[in-house]
Amino acid sequence: MSGTTVAKPLPRRASRGGSRRRKRTVEQIIFTTLNTTFLLALAALMIYPLLNTLAISLNDGNDAVRGGIGIWPRVFSLQNYHVVFNMTTIYQAFVMSVLKTVVVVATNLFFTSMLAYALSRKEFIFRRSITLIFVLTMYFDAGLIPNYLLIRDLGMLNSFQAYWVPTIISAFNLIVLRTYMKSIPDEIIESARTDGAGEFRMWWQIVMPLCKPALAVVGLFVAVASWNSWLDTLLYNSGDQALSTLQYELQKLLASSMNAGMNSVAATGSAQSGGQVTTPIALRSTITMVAAVPILLVYPFLQKHFVSGLVIGSVKG
Amino acid sequence: MSDTTVSAPVTASGAEPAPEPASSSRAQQRKARKNASKDPKRKITWDRVWAQRALLAMAVPLLLYQILFKYVPVYGWAIAFQRYKPGRGSIWNQQWVGLENFHNLFTGVNGERFRQVVVNTMGQSVLTLIVGTFGAIVLALLLNEVKNLPFKRIMQNITYMPHFLSWVIVASLASVALSLPSSGGFINQGLISLHLVDEPVLFLTQPNYFWEIVAGTNLWKELGWNTILYLAAITAIDPGLYEAAEVDGAGRYRKMFSITLPSIRPTIVVLLIINSGWILSTNFELPYFLGNGLVSEKSETIDVFVLRYGYQLGNYSLAVVAGIFKTIVAVILVGSANLAAKRLNQETLV
Repeated sequence: MSGTTVAKPLPRRASRGGSRRRKRTVEQIIFTTLNTTFLLALAALMIYPLLNTLAISLNDGNDAVRGGIGIWPRVFSLQNYHVVFNMTTIYQAFVMSVLKTVVVVATNLFFTSMLAYALSRKEFIFRRSITLIFVLTMYFDAGLIPNYLLIRDLGMLNSFQAYWVPTIISAFNLIVLRTYMKSIPDEIIESARTDGAGEFRMWWQIVMPLCKPALAVVGLFVAVASWNSWLDTLLYNSGDQALSTLQYELQKLLASSMNAGMNSVAATGSAQSGGQVTTPIALRSTITMVAAVPILLVYPFLQKHFVSGLVIGSVKG
Repeated sequence: MSDTTVSAPVTASGAEPAPEPASSSRAQQRKARKNASKDPKRKITWDRVWAQRALLAMAVPLLLYQILFKYVPVYGWAIAFQRYKPGRGSIWNQQWVGLENFHNLFTGVNGERFRQVVVNTMGQSVLTLIVGTFGAIVLALLLNEVKNLPFKRIMQNITYMPHFLSWVIVASLASVALSLPSSGGFINQGLISLHLVDEPVLFLTQPNYFWEIVAGTNLWKELGWNTILYLAAITAIDPGLYEAAEVDGAGRYRKMFSITLPSIRPTIVVLLIINSGWILSTNFELPYFLGNGLVSEKSETIDVFVLRYGYQLGNYSLAVVAGIFKTIVAVILVGSANLAAKRLNQETLV
């Protein structure tokens, strides 16, 4: 690998003295080797905790308590996954997490893009003041308890609505979409207008199809945020087990293992479900994987888009 | 560091051409905006409002919605001035006590605890910010030196990945990593095999490690993600600068310190300033998940205090006072940080 990386920049400098070039080449080989080694070590550090968790989740639960599992299961078994998906609470929470994420992404994309379209039209009279009111909400937060009181007073505690109604628009995503829509040439909009298209048609049939990359970015941001959130469950919906989410269940498990004394993760004990048995450490690893895998599966497909999304949002926000 | 000051003239002449059009076009835009507001055609008349009814129908309901969910909750601040009892229901049935809760939190019974909470919040945030910024710059510079593009892309994808994991998962992974070797604590295992310690360290039970644990875990999660904007700034550097430096015989390190770093300095400064506006608002999840009775003197931050002491123990009034304090300080900090960034940005551009 280092050989190919070194070769490229050199020919340009051919006019330099030979001995000096050789020195530079040696220096470059050393640098490239060190740099590559460092980056590989860093990547290993990023990936190891996940691989380790995966290995423990695929290992026999009682054997895992002995510790010492690296990135490969010692006694391979799918038992933990059987147990986890047979636990009604976890299975229900998984379904609720999926449902919540789907609804939040759909409502967010619909409403945010509609507003972004209106705010991207140069002739729209109130666009500056409306944008300002939304941007200020990125910085202003009434606080956790006032927000809770509002949801309570609206009668949305312990309801599915508490998951998606308060969050249909995020100011950051609004700016990303609006900026992207502004870059669409005016001629396209104008020609559609002379063909008699109204604003709603223009948004839905002309602008939306042109915004697919930006919509993919915003959709990814929203989906990740919704899938990963746990505080909304704790604050608004912890009174109803049927509304529990995967992250919240994992958080409860983490909290109980922290409370039971430090490092009790490996403590002996067992979690039962339908006659099948596993241990706390295996259970926690398995639920961690179930909560992480959907993100990791979607990630590679969308990662090339989100960098551009972040750059758009920060430059123009 | 000395390198960067020496090379300042190089960047001043080199980096300017790119940003300059942006600043001048911004000035033009501002001028155009001023003229536009004087232009009678841009005046808001009922005719224009009626002509734009479709756009208004798209925007106004969502505006009202946003005001309801983001600004209306401020009515809850009323309970900061009450002795709030959840049992009495609506906030209009509560007993008003004036500034009692403010005295209680800032100077009274809870004064000492709350001061420590503020110190913890700032300490964890500042440490996280410094470590995170430094790490991201170093990684961006090293990634920039990788000429093998597939390798570079793989490295970027791997280092971005933890950003997408939830804090619950990250806290769970961190608590395992920091535990005893027998529980899978590979950090202790590494320290022991390198003979840096003789006995495994119980990191999560020692208050003095807590800030570092928070900063380290944040670094692990956000390191790659934070390089994105720096890498974007690096790709915007004029390649002619590097070629000129090469002709002058500049080596790799010389180019790194005399061209790359000074060129991304505006990005670094602006990001540092903007992020320092969030000093009271970050670090909620990790201290909440990893904190425990043994380390609470160092782990408890404002948000954790609000959630644990306020919401979960029913001290709503006190928690709202703490929340108001946080919001007001955050708005002032973020506002002045943005102003400062804007001013600085313009100065570096002009």
